[in-house]
Amino acid sequence: MSRIQEAFQNKKAFIAFLTAGDPDFDSSVAYFKAAARAGADLIEIGIPFSDPIAEGPVIQEANIRALSNGMTLERVFELVTELRKEIQLPLVFLTYLNPVFHYGPDRFFARCKETGVDGIIIPDMPFEEKGEINDVAKKYGVDIISLIAPTSEARIRDIAKEATGFIYVVSSLGVTGVRSEIKTDLASILASIRETTDLPAAIGFGISTPEQAEKMGRIADGVIVGSAMVRIIAQYGTEAEQPLYEYVKSMKEATARAEA
Amino acid sequence: MKGRYGEFGGQYIPETLMNEIHRLEEAYEFYKNDPEFNRELDTLLREYAGRPSLLYYAEKMTKDLGGAKIYLKREDLNHTGSHKINNVLGQVLLAKKMGKTRVIAETGAGQHGVATATGAALLGMECEIFMGEEDTIRQALNVYRMELLGAKVHPVKSGTRTLKDAVNEAMREWTNRVDDTLYVLGSVMGPHPFPMMVRDFQSVISKEAREQILEKEGKLPSAVIACVGGGSNSMGAFYNFINDKDVKLIGCEAAGRGIDTEQHAATIAKGEVGIFHGMKSLFCQDKDGQIAPVYSISAGLDYPGIGPEHAYLNEIGRAQYVPITDDEAVDAFEYIARTEGIICAIESAHAVAYAMKIAGTMSKDDIIIICLSGRGDKDVAAIARYRGVDLYE
Repeated sequence: MSRIQEAFQNKKAFIAFLTAGDPDFDSSVAYFKAAARAGADLIEIGIPFSDPIAEGPVIQEANIRALSNGMTLERVFELVTELRKEIQLPLVFLTYLNPVFHYGPDRFFARCKETGVDGIIIPDMPFEEKGEINDVAKKYGVDIISLIAPTSEARIRDIAKEATGFIYVVSSLGVTGVRSEIKTDLASILASIRETTDLPAAIGFGISTPEQAEKMGRIADGVIVGSAMVRIIAQYGTEAEQPLYEYVKSMKEATARAEA
Repeated sequence: MKGRYGEFGGQYIPETLMNEIHRLEEAYEFYKNDPEFNRELDTLLREYAGRPSLLYYAEKMTKDLGGAKIYLKREDLNHTGSHKINNVLGQVLLAKKMGKTRVIAETGAGQHGVATATGAALLGMECEIFMGEEDTIRQALNVYRMELLGAKVHPVKSGTRTLKDAVNEAMREWTNRVDDTLYVLGSVMGPHPFPMMVRDFQSVISKEAREQILEKEGKLPSAVIACVGGGSNSMGAFYNFINDKDVKLIGCEAAGRGIDTEQHAATIAKGEVGIFHGMKSLFCQDKDGQIAPVYSISAGLDYPGIGPEHAYLNEIGRAQYVPITDDEAVDAFEYIARTEGIICAIESAHAVAYAMKIAGTMSKDDIIIICLSGRGDKDVAAIARYRGVDLYE
């Protein structure tokens, strides 16, 4: 069983996202480790990009903090290597396609395998353009995590049929960011997914409170939180380890309540 | 392959937009062959935008430069003052046919924003424009112009606060509200079908120019020259000449302070293959694949990428792309004003600058067509400041 499958085994997974190198390399390593200690089941590592078109302002700024403190793709792999000394959890990249393409897909996925990256989420690579990296990702055993959106309609089955790892269900229209209310009919999206595949599905975009985590956990197999985590770094800078730990702990507990 | 120009093109956009982009593709494929749609568009182009635009023989320039005969394709005389209206009327009419009630757009210099605001006012659509904060300062008059036309202008404060960031923000807004909204992209870029659709709407430039030059001179030009940012006026000016193998197609990129400096926007000269803003094409980027900050005196050419069909025409050698610096463009801006009495856009002045370089080396039997993509009223204050005159709008 893969590390990603294990993360969803007999439990609702809490998935924690942070941007690599935010606000600097050493703090970032400590923050990912704190999230793991606090009970995250899967860690999503954002590769900073100059123009993250699927992100709202909170994560856009995390990208800028990381890049302006010298984060590069090589340093991201170094960060993964650091984390792997301590963390056995699945690690999944979130990246835009250009950094992968520019680094060279073969070289990129070879490095993923070597450093211990289990999956990759690419928000600007829809199903139809998977050909860019599909074969090479498979060659190195890295799962491509597919996204399904509120507007996917009939595409849900096509995407789910070929999905690997887990399915990332986008809760709302628009970009990443904290939302007070999620209006999409997620239950029917989840039902379509489950008719097509046995892969676990996790909901992300807009989730920040324990109440939302519990509610989403009841619909899906996992809950993904990004902007609310990153916002803690924006507020506490290099002093964010403890507040992040406590936040992840409370969110993991809330997600676990959905198992009942 | 659909939506591809060699390896370039494609549809690299978030899943949220995929069904919508497919609906747009289908709608465009239907309406481009619909006689009623084409009649309406043709009427708008003639009665409202003022087409056909003139092909003007620039006699004084020709004599002064002492070589090839120079013609100007006067897109600056269109309603709203640039070629942008050709594409906007097509897309806004299409949006209306699709049942949309709202259009959004990015703008650099403001030409596309003004054209979109105009089309939206005419056809009764809600309109929001995204413009880099830096550009709202450089082109303050155009911001007010868009507001007069009833559009809401959002200054974009992220990244380099220029055209690239305006595109990012317009794309984000589109994912936020797709049902009633069409993103009216202003150039031959972005995900398919935009590069094809914008090219088709702009190809009226070369369709007219080809007929006009045959009528006036009885032969085809030796060269067609146009400026290139994303590449819409140049694609429009080149398109109907592509099969005329003896007609040289020359795109002029913004070299800013020089392509040996960090401050330029010369994508063909300095860019590498990448995937961004929905397309595979050439982009100015750093060693890590981060999109590079670019620079040009011209807000309309200040973009780190180029349309995929241009990348392809460059690769197969059918078109040639040359860098033109700020200095050369400003000199050309002043030259054509003095010589022909035409104040053209600083974007178009990049094309004029290259014609000035080569006309004298060509024979009197040669003909050059320059696409004068826009008028320069919007640039007067910026050019004054460039020359050290303390002038603000």
